[in-house]
Amino acid sequence: MTNLVTRLGAATLEVLRVLGHHAALFAALLRACGTVIRRPYLVVAQVHAIGNLSVLIIVASGLAVGFVLALQLYYTLVRYGATDSLGLIVNLSLTRELGPVIAALLFAGRAGTSLTAEIGLMKAGEQLAALDMMALDPVERILAPRFLGGIIAMPVLAILFSTVGILAAYVLAVLLIGVDAGNFWSIMHSGVDAWRDVGNGLVKSFVFGLICTFVALYQGYEAEPTPKGVSEATTRGVVVASLATLIMDFVMTAIMFSTPGG
Amino acid sequence: MLPPPAAPAAPVDARNPDALVEVDHVVFGYEGSPRIILDDVSMDFGRGKVTAILGGSGSGKTTLLRLIGGVHALRSGSIRFDGEPVDRADPERLFAIRRRLGMLFQFGALFTDLTVFENVAFPLREHTDFGESMIRDIVLMKLNAVGLRGAAPLRIAEISGGMARRVALARAMALDPELLLYDEPFTGLDPISLAVAANLIRTLNDTTGATTILVSHDVEECFRICDYAYLMSSKGKVLARGRPEQLVESQDPMVRQFIRGEADGPVPFHYPARPLAEELGVRA
Repeated sequence: MTNLVTRLGAATLEVLRVLGHHAALFAALLRACGTVIRRPYLVVAQVHAIGNLSVLIIVASGLAVGFVLALQLYYTLVRYGATDSLGLIVNLSLTRELGPVIAALLFAGRAGTSLTAEIGLMKAGEQLAALDMMALDPVERILAPRFLGGIIAMPVLAILFSTVGILAAYVLAVLLIGVDAGNFWSIMHSGVDAWRDVGNGLVKSFVFGLICTFVALYQGYEAEPTPKGVSEATTRGVVVASLATLIMDFVMTAIMFSTPGG
Repeated sequence: MLPPPAAPAAPVDARNPDALVEVDHVVFGYEGSPRIILDDVSMDFGRGKVTAILGGSGSGKTTLLRLIGGVHALRSGSIRFDGEPVDRADPERLFAIRRRLGMLFQFGALFTDLTVFENVAFPLREHTDFGESMIRDIVLMKLNAVGLRGAAPLRIAEISGGMARRVALARAMALDPELLLYDEPFTGLDPISLAVAANLIRTLNDTTGATTILVSHDVEECFRICDYAYLMSSKGKVLARGRPEQLVESQDPMVRQFIRGEADGPVPFHYPARPLAEELGVRA
């Protein structure tokens, strides 16, 4: 019984310690962002490293999801003679859910792992310690530009993903299968609300970008500075970021689309 | 004037105006760990001098160097740089102190995504408003001092370990610091690179007037270039201190064992264990 209480107490303390470290780093990052904004070239370089280099996988995945989504919807809708609604359903699926969520999961896998490994290896190679000894705050000089870069890049990648997905659905449904192009676009146009659907999707992708980038940076910064430590942190970063994204998606969907009309 | 030589060590009690760095009764152990790494360590580092901290692996030499840079908080005692306390609780003053020192890490700690030139230019770009042509001139002068001006455009992956150490040295002195800290600068160097590094440390100290603290376990090279040395025991205490020639002549068995590199002596070769015969289950 005493052992159980001891273990429970130790586990609780560990959870509090980890939460405290997360909160402390997040607060330090927010403070540092104020300084980094005055050096935009650092952020621009990270938007390129995190965003531009993720474009290929985002476009490829957007194409694949768009094709598959259109095909599956066509097979179902054609039975009810409702293929005209295909464009609308594809659009709503992508802008509200699939675009932000899949782009975030891809982002965690592509850019997040790269960030965790980079920061972890910088720590293992004493580069962060060297910055500290040069009177430069590693959070301000290294982490904050990447944090802002990730937050800026993520919504753009999500928009790209949804756009490519919709175009892929158009190619498959209209050009290959023969769904009416006018209905495809006009029903989509009348059924999609700019703020409620596209806007909320953008808000989601902003939040997911913040989560994925922060988790990746935290894992790298707190990684044990050994090859095993960095590899474990990289894996942990993807798992934590993916789960956090999915949980947050459910919460945000419940809040954003809880009123009738959606 | 440096403190009077004595072996075994005596604690440094009073402020020494000739010392740039004063370590006063420092006790240190990592947070959450019961192990004491440094146990009541007191040292003075004279201005303009090369002072070596010698000791075996795990004696707390590197930790002491980091404490001087304010990387960790002390359990007790104090460290002063030019009379000012090195205190993590006052980040502004700590960063002001760090701007006056340069540190050479054991493996260089160079930024691997930058070129040799950009690594040396890094502290200049971050801490000064110098124009590009001024930065270029300073970087080339620093690289010239370590014999690597020709390597300026190379990437870090393209240079050897010895060259990386010299680039790191050029970066450490980019801002002409008053204090240079060297963490194991001779480890893993071939004989030529080792001699070059040792001579550079001495020459830079003499030409710039900086104060140098050198952490190493290479007795021969350290004694060749240092003015004064401290010897640390495996228990994180100061075992002896003095000028190289005084330590060489020391009759203390532990000092003699370390300086002569004897495998066994007061510092045992074997980690504490049961007798071998008992461990193997055979009768002695």
